[in-house]
Amino acid sequence: MADLTKELHTQCMTLQMGPSHPAMHGTVKLLVDVDGEEIHIVKPEVGYLHRGFEKMCENSTYHQVTPFTDRLNYVSPFINNVGYALAVEKLLGIDVPERCKYLRVLACEISRITDHLTCLGASGMELAAFTVLLYSIEAREWMWELVEALCGARLTTTWTRIGGVAYDMPEGFEQKTHQELDKVKRLIDDISGLLVKNRIFYDRMRDTGVLTADECLAYGVTGPCLRAAGVYYDVRKAKPYLVYDRMDFEVPLGKHGDNYDKFMVRVIEMQQSIRIIEQVLDQIPDGPISVDDPKITLPPKEKVYTSIEALVHHFNIIIKGIRPPKGEVYVAVEGGNGELGFYVVSDGSDKPWKCRCRGPCFPIVQAIPKMLEGSMIADVIPTFGMVNMIGGEMDR
Amino acid sequence: MAEESVTIRKLREQFADRVQVLPTPADGMDTVKVKREDILDVCMFLRTDGDLDYDLMRDLTCVDYIHEKPRFEVVYHLYSIYYSHAVRLKVRLEERDPAIDTVTGVWVGANWYEREAYDLYGIKFNNHPDLRRILLYPEFVGHPLRKDYPIDKEQPLFEEREETKGVR
Repeated sequence: MADLTKELHTQCMTLQMGPSHPAMHGTVKLLVDVDGEEIHIVKPEVGYLHRGFEKMCENSTYHQVTPFTDRLNYVSPFINNVGYALAVEKLLGIDVPERCKYLRVLACEISRITDHLTCLGASGMELAAFTVLLYSIEAREWMWELVEALCGARLTTTWTRIGGVAYDMPEGFEQKTHQELDKVKRLIDDISGLLVKNRIFYDRMRDTGVLTADECLAYGVTGPCLRAAGVYYDVRKAKPYLVYDRMDFEVPLGKHGDNYDKFMVRVIEMQQSIRIIEQVLDQIPDGPISVDDPKITLPPKEKVYTSIEALVHHFNIIIKGIRPPKGEVYVAVEGGNGELGFYVVSDGSDKPWKCRCRGPCFPIVQAIPKMLEGSMIADVIPTFGMVNMIGGEMDR
Repeated sequence: MAEESVTIRKLREQFADRVQVLPTPADGMDTVKVKREDILDVCMFLRTDGDLDYDLMRDLTCVDYIHEKPRFEVVYHLYSIYYSHAVRLKVRLEERDPAIDTVTGVWVGANWYEREAYDLYGIKFNNHPDLRRILLYPEFVGHPLRKDYPIDKEQPLFEEREETKGVR
């Protein structure tokens, strides 16, 4: 009802932001009840990108699931690949060779940088800092060239195999990585130089979209959003997988849990990821890139075409699949937005009985009303940008 | 036998034979089977006890063991940031009455996970504040992650909803 005593009287109305809205990257709908510019109620509606990931997994062999995981968080596909591979390897009770572990860490950190660059670039642009978008897209392009050199694809990588990885680093990759990282480092400095003390940016980010530590935990929010609230929880440190325990890196923490802290956490995380990649390149040992067990991992293509054993093994894995023993595992890795968990249940057959993906975006989007209610409609934009919702992972 | 963890010890002390400790699976996580009527008590205890402090609800999902009885298994994954320990709770539900108490009162974030389990498996959560479909649309028929739902089943067309008429 309009309050006619106010000088500029307003009326409560419902706005539908999305599912296809310039500021809603990905497809999600926010039903926003606004009175003037004040937000009263926010209701996120999700599911527009649901494509039955779990049902597809239950009807595919273990190796066939890997391509589906690319499409979960499509800006950091390596992390999804690695998370799934780790889960199935744990189910099988195998350990991958050292070189493979280092390669996986390298790939994960490249993905983390592309993920954060996408997030910062898009949110910068929405706050009228268009240069930031151009810079971060350029930096992301260089990182994607590395991804391309590793596996031949840019987004749909499908690079890990159960028991190893598909390809080793190509010739000259290390040198190229060092060069690209130097350039990316400079661009990240430029990006943060443009934004960190920028009055317009600061005013729109500071004290908006606040989610305190208790609220984060109650909603199950993890990743940069949780660390921005000052909670020290990073799966890479809490339960180190692969070779993260040998890496020297820091986990940045925020204080207020607002958008500005989330932004700063992401900037520093990228710098730390670059540190990790440099350490990986220094430490990486020689050796095989996948386990020497033809019952588990696919043989290299050149052998498939030249030897009968490899051809038979290849045929067996493709047609019959692998059969992990009966059991269940939950394996978590640190994704771009938080804890990415895979819960795989095996009944001893060639197909997973259940393959659940716990994407970090799902609880974060659930917490959006908490961040927005009571604030202004302009705060939707930076808050949603810093939530960095990825539809593919949330709706599965 | 390996030494039992704080979680298992505390749960045994508090609930005696109302909880059943299962053999540890491949990932080494403590796994406990809980009776349906106890789930709220157990969750509240895990959340509030000072030595346990399970503050992060990682995941809630359901598994359909169609050839077994009881058929459905609701699985909770919990984690404590401070102690960095984890536990997995399992509750079996009968096919004819797949209902369980909600834990949204313990962790608010359980809300959407429970809605998802309702949507895809048809598990009903008693006293849930807003039990609607979440990933699928309201007119969807059936629960697609149940094992007896064929993967190529088609859905019927439905009338345009009253509230979306004229909205473009």
